[in-house]
This record gives sequence, C-alpha cells and structure tokens, in this order.
Amino acid sequence: MKIYLPLDSAAVALGADEIAEAITAEAQKRGVSITLIRNGSRGMVWLEPMAEVATEDGRLAFGPMTLEDVPALFDDLAAHPKALGLTDELDWMRRQTRLTFARCGVIDPLSLHDYELHHGLKGLKRALAMAPAAIVQEVTDSGLRGRGGAGFPTGIKWKTVHDAKASQKYIVCNADEGDSATFADRMLMEGDPLTLVEGMAIAGIAVGATKGYIYTRSEYPIAITQMQKAIQVARAAGILGPRVLDSDYAFDMEVRVGAGAYVCGEETSLLNSLEGKRGVVRAKPPLPALQGFMGKPTVVNNVISLASVPVILERGAAFYKNFGMGRSHGTMALQIAGNVKFGGLFETAFGLSLGEIVNEIAGGTASGRPVKAVQVGGPLGAWFPTSLFDTPFTYEDFAAKDGLIGHAGLTIADDRTDMLKMARFAMEFCAIESCGKCTPCRIGAVRGVETLDRVAAGDPSALPLVADLCNTMKSGSLCALGGFTPYPVMSALTHFPDDFATTRAAAE
Amino acid sequence: MSATPEFGDAGLETLHEILNAHRGMEGALLPILHAVQEAFGHVPQEALPVIAKDLNITRAEAHGVMSFYHDFRENPAGRTVLKLCRAEACQSVGADALADHARGKLGIDWHETTADGAVTLEPIFCLGLCACGPAAMVNGKLVGRTDAAKLDRILEGAR
Repeated sequence: MKIYLPLDSAAVALGADEIAEAITAEAQKRGVSITLIRNGSRGMVWLEPMAEVATEDGRLAFGPMTLEDVPALFDDLAAHPKALGLTDELDWMRRQTRLTFARCGVIDPLSLHDYELHHGLKGLKRALAMAPAAIVQEVTDSGLRGRGGAGFPTGIKWKTVHDAKASQKYIVCNADEGDSATFADRMLMEGDPLTLVEGMAIAGIAVGATKGYIYTRSEYPIAITQMQKAIQVARAAGILGPRVLDSDYAFDMEVRVGAGAYVCGEETSLLNSLEGKRGVVRAKPPLPALQGFMGKPTVVNNVISLASVPVILERGAAFYKNFGMGRSHGTMALQIAGNVKFGGLFETAFGLSLGEIVNEIAGGTASGRPVKAVQVGGPLGAWFPTSLFDTPFTYEDFAAKDGLIGHAGLTIADDRTDMLKMARFAMEFCAIESCGKCTPCRIGAVRGVETLDRVAAGDPSALPLVADLCNTMKSGSLCALGGFTPYPVMSALTHFPDDFATTRAAAE
Repeated sequence: MSATPEFGDAGLETLHEILNAHRGMEGALLPILHAVQEAFGHVPQEALPVIAKDLNITRAEAHGVMSFYHDFRENPAGRTVLKLCRAEACQSVGADALADHARGKLGIDWHETTADGAVTLEPIFCLGLCACGPAAMVNGKLVGRTDAAKLDRILEGAR
C-alpha cells in the first residue's frame, strides 16, 4: 500500500508530521506493509494535510486529515469520511496548466528515479546537445520573464552574462521569497527541488557559469533541508560536479541562508548579503549581469524563472510561448492567500481576470463576508477594489491600473479591513525593513507612519503630505522597497477614500 | 533580559572550530554568524573581534553585518522563542488580535523575554504559510491557523 502525505511547510504547520506518525503506527498495528512517501503539496492548502492513496485507478485524495481520520485509510476507502475522489479529477487540479509545478506533489521529491519517470532531466539533456548561445536563444524565444516580480526578459539577462568575458561567472537563485502571500518558491523547493537544480545547471551551461548559489530564507527550514538533500542527490548522480552528465561542462551549487532581512530579496542587496556584507542595495549600473557576485558576471533569477527553464528546454520555446496573453507568455503560479475560502497554489496561463481568480477559483473569503480589497504582488503591490476585478492577470494590464503582479501573490481581505491601517502598515514595514541607503525610504517611511497617524487623528492637512511623500519615495529610492511602498499606500487612498475620511469627519 | 554568559576558553575553542569549518568559503560571514548563533544561542560580543580578525575585516564591519540582520541576537533568548507573523495575509485572518492576545498573556511586547526567561516574543514577516494563517513558529516548529486557544496551549507547554 502506497500512501502520500506532504512534507510541505503548510501541511506540516497543519499537523502532517503527526498524521504521518499515526499512519505508520496504524499500519504496524494492523500488520499492513506500507510505503509512506512525503511528497510536496498539490497546492490545495485548505485540504492540508491531504493524504493520497495510490490505487489502480489513480491516486485518491483524503483531507483535511485529522488523527481520527487515519484508521479509516486502512478500511473501505470509498467510505472514508474525508474522501475527495481522484486527485487529478478535483476541480482545482483540472482547471490548471501545470508546467513549472507539473511534478510538485506528484513525485517523491528526492527520488531521481521518480524525477526522470516524470520527464525530469530531459531539458538538461537537450541543453547539453545544444550550443550555449542556442540555449540562451531558446529561453529568449520562450518569452519567459522574471517571475520574481520585475518581469525582465530572462533570455536577455542570460545573453548579457553569456557575452561577458570573465574568468568566473555565477548563477544566483533568488529564493528570498519575503513577500506576504507568496509561497511558490517554497513549495517548489520542498516539493520538486531537482527541477531547480536542473534549471540552474542549464543556466550555468548556457552562460558559462560553473558555480551556483541558492539564497533562501531562514524562515523556510524545510525548503533549506530539501534543497540541500536534492543537491546531494544530484551530485551523487553526476548531474552536478566537474562533468555534468558526463559532458565537458562543470557546474555545482550550494544553499545559502539569509537572516531575516526582507530587503535581501532585492537582487543587489542579495548579492551583498551573499558576499557576507550588510544587505544594502547597490546602485545600477553596473548591472549584476556584468558585475554581480564578487564583481563577476552573474545571472540573478527567481526560483520560478529558473524552475521554468527545464520544461522550456524539454518542450521547446514555442510550446511555452503559446500560453498566456499579450506580452505575458507562459504560465504563472498564482498564490492565493489571506482571508480566502480555497487558498493555495494555482498555476495557469496569464490572462484570467482578477475577479475570476478571487471569486471562481478562490471561492471568495473564508469568513463568508464580502471581499473588500485584494493586494496583488506582496507588500509592495497595490490594493485592488472589486471595481477593478475585470483586470486581466498580465504584467501590462496590472501596470496600466497602477498596480503590479509581482511574484503573483494575492492577499484577499474582507469588508472589515481598515485600509488606512493597511496603508500605515505598508509604511511601518518599509521603515522596519529599509536597508538605510536611500533617505526617502529610510526617513520617508518613518514620516509616512507619523503622517498617516495624523490622518487617523483627523488632521485634514496631512493627506496631501502623504501623496507628496509617496511621490518623493517613488522617484528617490534605488530599489523597489522605497520605490514601491507608495503602491499599497496610494492605492488604499485612491480606491478607499472613505477609510481615510471617516475619522476626520467624526472629528469635525 | 537574560544575562549574557561568559564566553570563556571553551567558547573560543568552539568559535575556532566554526571558523575552520568555513575557511575558503566565498562570503563566509553570514554562514559563520548562523553557526555561532546555533552553537551559543546568540552571537556573543566577544566573538566578533575574533571573527573579524579571521576574515580580515574590521570589527566595525563585523558588528555592522551582525546588527543589520533581524535573526542575529546579542543576548540569549528565552527557552521558547515564539515568532508570530505580522504580514498582510496573516493580518487578514486576525494576526493583530492574536498578537495582542499573546502580548497580554505574556505581559511583554515584541522583542522582549518574560522575566522568568521562559518565552521570547518576536515578530516575523512571512513564513510562507499565507493560505493557512495566522502563522507562527515555535522554536523552529511551524504552526498554521493559530488561534488564541492554540496559542494558549503552546504557551502552557513553554512554562
């Protein structure tokens, strides 16, 4: 009997480890021989911990599992109180286009055998038979853009590093996923870490880099362990090392762990942190592609960008490019979070409307109350009111509405949310996390908190100051922390003016 | 706040083992500071000049790096470190009220340790558990959908 139970952080936070122990104990008690595989999550967080039992017809899902539900896994499965049916037939799964997350939750994350059985290493093998410049071209042709948030064409970044002459080049994976409402990087590293290894190896071969670093977060203990184990597996199998899959290319990598600084998700402060320095933002130019880690040409890509490379190389640029809408090609791993009925990871082609995502896929709020606002793109993203729910999910359409899709995290908030408070929090967060390099960010965020407190206290002269301050931060900061904090603040002010006026009206 | 214990010769020996283990590594300072905190529970001030000398950087640089990052602490923490997520997704499901409950129950504010040295309360900005918040981390263990009752049980166990 083969049982799957996720080791994903969300499943573990909801009791998966205890369920796993109970399953093992129950099997022993009954004298049943089982194989318990700790896989990644399928992304249906509201069903976690979700167990799966392999049957002749496919994998049957059960969840959310409690300790009381464990014994029934060994009885008539159809009568199990938490039976959900075949996993692949669940509505949430059927509606997705899983390219980057095709294996996540399906395979044993650290089994190379499973990995290859599900098309793993095909991309790398094809890349090894191509000229490096042709690999770069393939990635450019796929239309892949940086999934970390900036949306910069990945192939163009690779070409710059490819064309640079240097004794040493690096691939740095930005796995410093600090945005609230985002967890795609974490899920991929936990559930299918070999895909990231493969993507980084392809990147290394394409641009001539022999060393890679994954810079991730101390807040992600399970992802760290999984990545370290996957690297060992890859090294033992000759995927990493002096001769990648017996080729003439060398590539190896290691995991580095940050120390709780949000700003290190910005690529230049990440590089400083990786070098053992304070995570202070660097001015660009020079571009990291030319002078990055240790001053050498460096590809800095997000986890999802790099993890999308194997499927692009395996299936071809045209296959990937055909998904999506406008200039937003391929798929995006939506992370649906906050006060939401059906929260989790949903990979789909660009182009769904925000309303479809929030109302149809996510099922509205968990509280059952009306949705008030959705923050798209993390703490530096704009709050969208329901009146903008027709906005298609693409880089350009969100930019046109003074927002951004960022790393595709969505925080859903119900009608009890005070938008003035959320605007104040954005400033407070910026003040806490500012690296201190740029005055508009370092001082401006502190003044922002104070000024919004004056608004809350009913001072009518404070509102124009907030707008003015946001303008200064936006144009006077080197990176997105100071530069984008105005997005949540100004969107809250623009779309929810009543929340900024009630206290004032009451005071008058 | 708990008193900082003596560093001593044993501490120095451990520190040198850590430094040796990281020799030749590119950008070794963060991994070293993580290892020191893992070994001592905090980063003893006496360790910084030794680390600085070993890496051929100034003591000010070493201090600057250590103090930049939220994770590194100068003093030992309580026996249980309770981290509560304060970010937007958790706020949307009641993280603020949960934090108020924790602060009231413990009688301490963020970054403080109870007088008996049992619990340190720290804010954290995102554990990637945004679809099952409010999220918490208790001595490294992840907790999802944390409510007041769950928190009380955790704190009960920490006494």
